[in-house]
Amino acid sequence: MAKRIDVSGLTAYYGSHKAIEDISMTVEPRSVTAFIGPSGCGKSTFLRTLNRMHEVTPGGRVEGKVLLDDEDLYGTGIDPVSVRREVGMVFQRPNPFPTMSIFDNVAAGLKLNGSYKKSELQDIVEKSLKGANLWNEVKDRLNKPGSGLSGGQQQRLCIARAIAVEPKVLLMDEPCSALDPISTLAIEDLIGELKERFTIVIVTHNMQQAARVSDRTAFFNLAAVGQPGKLIEIDDTERIFSNPSVQATEDYISGRFG
Amino acid sequence: MDISTKNTEAPPPIPQPTATEQKRAAHGATRPGDRIFLGLSRGSGILLLVIMAAIAVFLTYRATLAISKDEGNFLTTSDWNTGATPPVFGIAVLAFGTIISSIIAMVIAVPIAVAIALFLTHYAPRKLSGPIAYVIDLLAAVPSIVYGLWGAMILVPNLTGLFGWLDAYLGWTGIFSWDGGAPRAMFTVGILLAIMILPIITNVSREVFRQVPQMHQEAALALGATRWEVIRMAVLPFGRSGVISASMLGLGRALGETMAVATVLSPDFIIHGSVLNPGGGTFAQNIASKFSEATEFGRDALIASGLVLFVITLLVNGAARAIIARRKEYSGANA
Repeated sequence: MAKRIDVSGLTAYYGSHKAIEDISMTVEPRSVTAFIGPSGCGKSTFLRTLNRMHEVTPGGRVEGKVLLDDEDLYGTGIDPVSVRREVGMVFQRPNPFPTMSIFDNVAAGLKLNGSYKKSELQDIVEKSLKGANLWNEVKDRLNKPGSGLSGGQQQRLCIARAIAVEPKVLLMDEPCSALDPISTLAIEDLIGELKERFTIVIVTHNMQQAARVSDRTAFFNLAAVGQPGKLIEIDDTERIFSNPSVQATEDYISGRFG
Repeated sequence: MDISTKNTEAPPPIPQPTATEQKRAAHGATRPGDRIFLGLSRGSGILLLVIMAAIAVFLTYRATLAISKDEGNFLTTSDWNTGATPPVFGIAVLAFGTIISSIIAMVIAVPIAVAIALFLTHYAPRKLSGPIAYVIDLLAAVPSIVYGLWGAMILVPNLTGLFGWLDAYLGWTGIFSWDGGAPRAMFTVGILLAIMILPIITNVSREVFRQVPQMHQEAALALGATRWEVIRMAVLPFGRSGVISASMLGLGRALGETMAVATVLSPDFIIHGSVLNPGGGTFAQNIASKFSEATEFGRDALIASGLVLFVITLLVNGAARAIIARRKEYSGANA
């Protein structure tokens, strides 16, 4: 179910500006990989190339290969829409559809993918909300708007919505940066459970968070403002935080810059 | 106990603000600029209410003068003979024509306007959307008499084909049967009104669609939505109340449009079951074509019909507000 991501020689542009250059890495299935690095180093851009969301931005384009198991996401004839159905995404700010109820929010992706019986939908919605540790808080108000929930609950609703369609990979773009510490803890616990079923990639500015939730950590950096971001190194999280092989990583992690 | 009487060396008590000073502070209008602006804005608000009340009182008073002498039932009579003794007149034809022509205009204009707005905000490249939006703004600036002349000289002669086609395929419904007369009918009026209200509905809808937060659209995209599905999931629901408001602005114009209708329609005082057969009339058109030659009493009668249009417009606006308010908690406003 969960799939391996294999990136080779990936470069992404905004118009003529090169945002990230020549990135190669492998992300193992059923693991959590964290992306850390200073602002503007292209970690979010790189994340968005993994489900072809980068090209949604006007002028956004990508060179290189992203293999999901053996299928190149940027191969000819690959529909970005079907890529995004395989690679789910959770955003920085919780973004449940304001015009939909909690139930409809979770069911939104399912309704795109085909027709389900009502009982099937109910089962999947319940399973997804349970999977996002939100079921007990919302089971009595599934028909209320999702925008009435707290920020942390909204973010877990977004996670429920993303996992309802059973993606192979789950991308998270700073999912806790708009949340308080308690909600953050709830999401981090959830990430630990979700990695049993999904391949998870998370961008975070919080190095303690990266250390807590991830198995592998990738450090991105850029030589100067206006220069493209690059992958400096990727290794086991423990090693990155104790004994990284590149000096810049150690400087960043110990707070000497960035 | 009072400290100052016990100890004469105590510092003087801090002066307390007087009641009027406190009141001023609460209004935030202690400085001249604030006071002037407060007066101006409050005055404008009151002036608006006074004008509305004055219109309502004027219409009601003059209308009562006429209706009290009307021998027919003012609401159900389909005749307009204020010169007869006793006078017989009613608004049945006018109400029917006004509502039918506006419905036709809305049915044609709203889908096209929404489609144009979506195209401009979500499909068209920026190089194209600018000029198109400009042309639509120009459309709104054309005076209504010009639309009327264009309608009478270009639209009417060119509609016989469409009318024949509608009669051949939909004539059996009765609504679209055609007796072959000149196409100066309610359907023609509806088409013309649709063109006239298209710019306002398009422009307001475009603004609403432009304000749909990027993050909601990305949420839909990330679930694997196609561009059309993004519009269906995130854009249209978010813009729903705005499109309703836009349509009501358009409907307001369609209900009250005068010159264009008067130029295109060949009016009579019969309720026609078919929208393709010439005849019928609208409130505004009837007032415009009869007012200059009417007697004092005839004018009162026309004003009475104007009062009914006023009430219909109020009801339509109220209904629109009710529709928007009903789903308020689902609107994007609290996201």
